[in-house]
Amino acid sequence: MNIMDALISQYIDAYYLHIMVLIGINIILALGLNITTGVTGQLSMGHAGFMSIGAYTAAILSVHLALPFWAVLLCGATAAAGFGFLLGLPTLRLEGDYLAMVTIGFAEIIRVFFLNFEPGGKAVGLSGIPEHTTFSLVWVIAIVVIVLNIKLLNSRIGRSFYAIRENEIAAEAAGINTTRLKVLSFMVGAFLAGLGGGLYAHYMTYIAPQDFGFMKSIEFLNMVVLGGMGSIPGTILGTVVLTLAPEMLRIVAEYRLLFYGALLVILMIFRPNGLLGDVRWYDIKKRWFSKEVKTWES
Amino acid sequence: MFFEQLVNGLTLGSTYALIALGYTMVYGIIQLINFAHGEIYMFGAFAGLLLVTVFGLNIFVALIGAMVFCMFLGMLIERIAYRPIRGKSSRLSALISAIGVSIFLSTLMALIRGTNTTRYPEIITIHTYHVGSVDLSSLQITILVVSALLMVGLQLMIQQTRMGKAMRACSQDLEAASLMGINANRVISYTFAIGSALAAAGGVMVGVYYNAVWPYMGMMAGLKAFSAAVLGGIGSIPGAMIGGLTLGVLEILGVAYLSSSYKDAIAFGILILVLILRPQGIMGKKITKKV
Repeated sequence: MNIMDALISQYIDAYYLHIMVLIGINIILALGLNITTGVTGQLSMGHAGFMSIGAYTAAILSVHLALPFWAVLLCGATAAAGFGFLLGLPTLRLEGDYLAMVTIGFAEIIRVFFLNFEPGGKAVGLSGIPEHTTFSLVWVIAIVVIVLNIKLLNSRIGRSFYAIRENEIAAEAAGINTTRLKVLSFMVGAFLAGLGGGLYAHYMTYIAPQDFGFMKSIEFLNMVVLGGMGSIPGTILGTVVLTLAPEMLRIVAEYRLLFYGALLVILMIFRPNGLLGDVRWYDIKKRWFSKEVKTWES
Repeated sequence: MFFEQLVNGLTLGSTYALIALGYTMVYGIIQLINFAHGEIYMFGAFAGLLLVTVFGLNIFVALIGAMVFCMFLGMLIERIAYRPIRGKSSRLSALISAIGVSIFLSTLMALIRGTNTTRYPEIITIHTYHVGSVDLSSLQITILVVSALLMVGLQLMIQQTRMGKAMRACSQDLEAASLMGINANRVISYTFAIGSALAAAGGVMVGVYYNAVWPYMGMMAGLKAFSAAVLGGIGSIPGAMIGGLTLGVLEILGVAYLSSSYKDAIAFGILILVLILRPQGIMGKKITKKV
């Protein structure tokens, strides 16, 4: 993989490489949120909280204990999944906006915790994290995550997730254990967020609590909703568009966020269900490879 | 000591309550978390500042001016960013649109005024009264009285006027209300106007009380006020008042007796605990899900 990175960095400009690495990391994170919010319909507005748990766990293990990279990534993701389990528990009683509020509160508490956490460098942040994350590594992981996501969503569990989003009572009546699956969807989402967080920490080599504020959670939610809720191609497209948008808007300098805000409103007015609302690999495959002969009437 | 903190908490809480009312009213009618509401509050604070410093108006006149300005701002936002989406798609799309408006407005103000905090001029001479062992400032009393008046006024408007009746009907069932000849779009516009005016009042008073305004003040205040609305039971107007006061008092007491570095965590921690114990909020109606 080192050879590949050496080759790639010779041919691609460092700036574009940087953006592409960020896109890869964001895809992993956004796909995590897509499972919780897009597919299962549990509105989570605290995704950056899980990301920060993964990032800090991995970074602290790397800096203080010098564990191997794959081990710290796994630890970070597992720690985040553990918190995903904890946060999933209230979903048994709460729903909709009440749940959203709990996830916002959770992410804020985590942020304040890291602001006062000694091994994490408190408000100053943690620097000197070894730079392990490379372009090819991020994209190998991202592609594995995408493939596993497709597999998961086409499995029995994935279809149950969709069923819970569409109608929870009907899903329960059909014999789906909704409690277990809702908690599971939070755990899977948090695991991916933790994984992305670990990669992010070892790419930026510096993390601070303010990197994982409320606006960061909102960014991921934007990616999922803009692309189209519950759609993997949509989430990937949303991630690419929203990671590129701030970079493209650099030409307008300080008006950047002004345009970004307006862009969100305009996109929602013209594509209210997201760019690729509910488009799934399965449907694309069916459309392209179906042997069925289509007639004009249908 | 305890009673002083209690008064501080009530003062902070009454401003949370004013902002929370806007969230809860809008939510009650169109089930939208209006994320731009915190920014309307921020615009209100700046409008008040402008009226006081540039036009040299009395602070109470400036308060009313800021409220009128934000009324129009709120209606404009609803017209541009929410109405075209309504009915066409899920609530989440409207939420993203609201977030877009919020980013737009805070950046706009940062471009106009810079990102630093601006100090409010010393407009009210502050007297301190000693009641028993408690020190009360005239400013705190003014804030509490103005908030109370606004809340009573709102309650009267909702309960007594024709428009208030229409609003209550719309919050019960928007579709049925419009079938009964209520102009739903107008009611929604009106709701945004009133909610925004209340937020502006909160903004001006917070500006005077803490003596500082800045373009990103809306975000944390908006989050806190939204959590106050949820705490009280979202959609319920008395709930928003009680939720705001409760949150303000608990936050100040938490800072005083526990730790100030965990200030924001305390508010949200309490919120999570309350919601887990009472999922529908303090005043919320328990909804039984049926097929």
